[in-house]
Amino acid sequence: MPDDAKPAGVFSAPCACQEVSEEDRYAQLDDILRTYRNIPGALIPVLQITQTIFGYLPEKALRKIAAALNKPLSEVTGVVTFYSFFNTIPRGRHMIRVCLGTACYVRGGKQVLAALKEELGIDVGETTADRNFSLDVGRCFGACGLAPVIMIDDDVHQRVKVSQLPRLLEQYRDKQDTTSKT
Amino acid sequence: MVRIYINDQEYDVPAGTTILCAAKKAGIRIPTLCFVEGLRPIGACRVCVVEVEGVRNLVASCSTPVAEDMRIHTHTARVRRARRAVVELLLSEHNGECQTCERNGQCELQSLAAELGIREVSYRGEKARKRIDISTPALQRDSGKCIKCRRCVSVCNEMQHVGALFPQFRGYQTIIGPALGRDLASVPCVQCGQCAAICPVGAISERDHVEAVWAALDTPENHVVVQTAPAIRAALGECFGYPPGTLVTGKMVAALRRLGFDAVFDTNFAADLTIMEEGTEFLMRLRKAYVEGQQDVLPMFTSCSPGWVQYLEFFHHNLLPNLSTCRSPQQMFGAIAKTYYAKKLDKRPEDIFVVSVMPCTAKKFEASRAEMNASGVRDVDAVLTTRELARMIRIAGIDFQSLPDEEMDAPLGLCTGAGVIFGHTGGVMEAALRTVYEVLTGEDLPTPTLLATLDGIKEAEITLKNVRPEWSFLEGVTLRVAVAHGLGNAEKLIRAIEAGERQYHFVEVMACPGGCIGGGGQPRFTDNRVRLARIAAIRKEDAGKPLRKSHQNPQVKQLYEEFLGEPLSERSHKLLHTHYIAREPV
Repeated sequence: MPDDAKPAGVFSAPCACQEVSEEDRYAQLDDILRTYRNIPGALIPVLQITQTIFGYLPEKALRKIAAALNKPLSEVTGVVTFYSFFNTIPRGRHMIRVCLGTACYVRGGKQVLAALKEELGIDVGETTADRNFSLDVGRCFGACGLAPVIMIDDDVHQRVKVSQLPRLLEQYRDKQDTTSKT
Repeated sequence: MVRIYINDQEYDVPAGTTILCAAKKAGIRIPTLCFVEGLRPIGACRVCVVEVEGVRNLVASCSTPVAEDMRIHTHTARVRRARRAVVELLLSEHNGECQTCERNGQCELQSLAAELGIREVSYRGEKARKRIDISTPALQRDSGKCIKCRRCVSVCNEMQHVGALFPQFRGYQTIIGPALGRDLASVPCVQCGQCAAICPVGAISERDHVEAVWAALDTPENHVVVQTAPAIRAALGECFGYPPGTLVTGKMVAALRRLGFDAVFDTNFAADLTIMEEGTEFLMRLRKAYVEGQQDVLPMFTSCSPGWVQYLEFFHHNLLPNLSTCRSPQQMFGAIAKTYYAKKLDKRPEDIFVVSVMPCTAKKFEASRAEMNASGVRDVDAVLTTRELARMIRIAGIDFQSLPDEEMDAPLGLCTGAGVIFGHTGGVMEAALRTVYEVLTGEDLPTPTLLATLDGIKEAEITLKNVRPEWSFLEGVTLRVAVAHGLGNAEKLIRAIEAGERQYHFVEVMACPGGCIGGGGQPRFTDNRVRLARIAAIRKEDAGKPLRKSHQNPQVKQLYEEFLGEPLSERSHKLLHTHYIAREPV
């Protein structure tokens, strides 16, 4: 894709935690689609940008993308469901990633994951009903010496113990009321 | 030319040929489950692997072009082992309900397992879950039986330009189907059934109407009539051991009678009727364009193919006014059988049960359309594909080959050659022109203008001379017509028309490659060789008819005299014409 085709500000689009109306997000998407409409190979970049705008890929957006790029919806969703990067379920304000790389795995990453599932009441890939947290797994964050490791948003938490988890989560729950940290 | 060696034998083949094609020409069979002639190689099934000297891994022969001095081995121990492993892996997750599967005895996976001599599956694993989709009136899908070969994806996207099917999700979770693994009715599927015709296993087939037809035949109060489309007689024989292209009209009629139908009629009769209506509509549109200056009523598109009709309803709303308002012959027949014919028998429309035998799955959808009840009840009650009819004949224990040749019944069983050629690409156009030309000039159409070839898009021009006085505004006009088959070709034609590169008066489109003879309900497996053979059979039937123009059909004339009045009359409009719906594509 030519560089000048990339609309300014797209990648710094507001995250899901700020109060941007649905309408504004779709207006942004319409702008993107106008720019990319006739560019070959636009599907994946458009999906990436759309995910930045919405925090996930809502079906309504996928339908708009299919129509604008003149592709069948089945092809668009085929690409979306193929790549694990794409997400069709709304993401929470905070993304929790549990490392299940070798070191973390042998040092209790699995137990940490199980405890998080229990604590949040969701499975991997899901989001809590209050949209506070989403849960995902990762394969090595490059911090094996600190295993087991989890990441909440951009913060790395080392040598995590199951017993610490409720308090850890509480910190983030508090934060979302006062700041717009992602 | 490139010199290659297959199994130590020397061959010269054209550069660019794939190993698979080269081997086929050399008389060596390399099995495959995903390859389809004429479409881009998919390379998904890995059954066609071969060994090439100097190449470390086995290569997929369907997608590997030959190279100078290539030494290929198609059946070495390594190849046999790999091929067998691939098929065993497929079997290990296949929902193998062979005994009760619609494809039992004609499944490509089943016969490949037999060909490779597999007696045991060495792999144990999770089986695909049975998941039936009967959300559309025409098609049944079971993703549990799907082997993910992606042939259906190729035909749906590449050939038909519809894009209802695409691989969803990833790895073991992959489902070949509509968006997000949902039902077919959730996406714009035109129900042409080309996916069902190409599926190597029992994952996609037509919705079964066989039981409904047995039930109707077993109800004594019912007067059950059957109509057969022109393409059936050119293909049904294939289900009973005849080579493709064998005409079995007489035996087909005999078999239908033995199945217990009260009257055996011909959709071709309704095809002749269609020409009367559609030809007249075309003349009206010419008058509007040339006399009243309404250029946008042209081109007129044919409306016989329900897959094509739905394609426009989904994707080209602006062209719906250009679609002929004529119902398809199937639906014209149903409406006439339940009114004109019922009256003759002193019966009510609901006393008549109309079964049609169609080469088509979309006809099941068409018959179920809400507006198809001009007679006051469903105009067509059940639609069998050619394959379903063959199944009924077998269930009834009828020895097809030993049947005598019998004739269709009166009064809806007589047809002209024009009605017969509705079955192949170009046929509706030719039939219409035979009548229109004669109406305009009083003379025979000079030469068959649109030959029954398999070119995706065909064009012809006819200059009108010595036009009868009432049509004098057409004197010297050159009628430009075009024919497309396969929706991908239709899409190309539409784009050329919309870009202003092409202008036509009249355009015929059939959704399936080759026209109805290559329909989604025809005997499997249909390739171009089979298509051409079936077309030749249709042409033979046409050539053997004493009457070859629709307006000469004496029973159609009688129908107008006794019942309809004239083409485009008020009653014709009610019974023989329809309207279309702009459908949301996504």
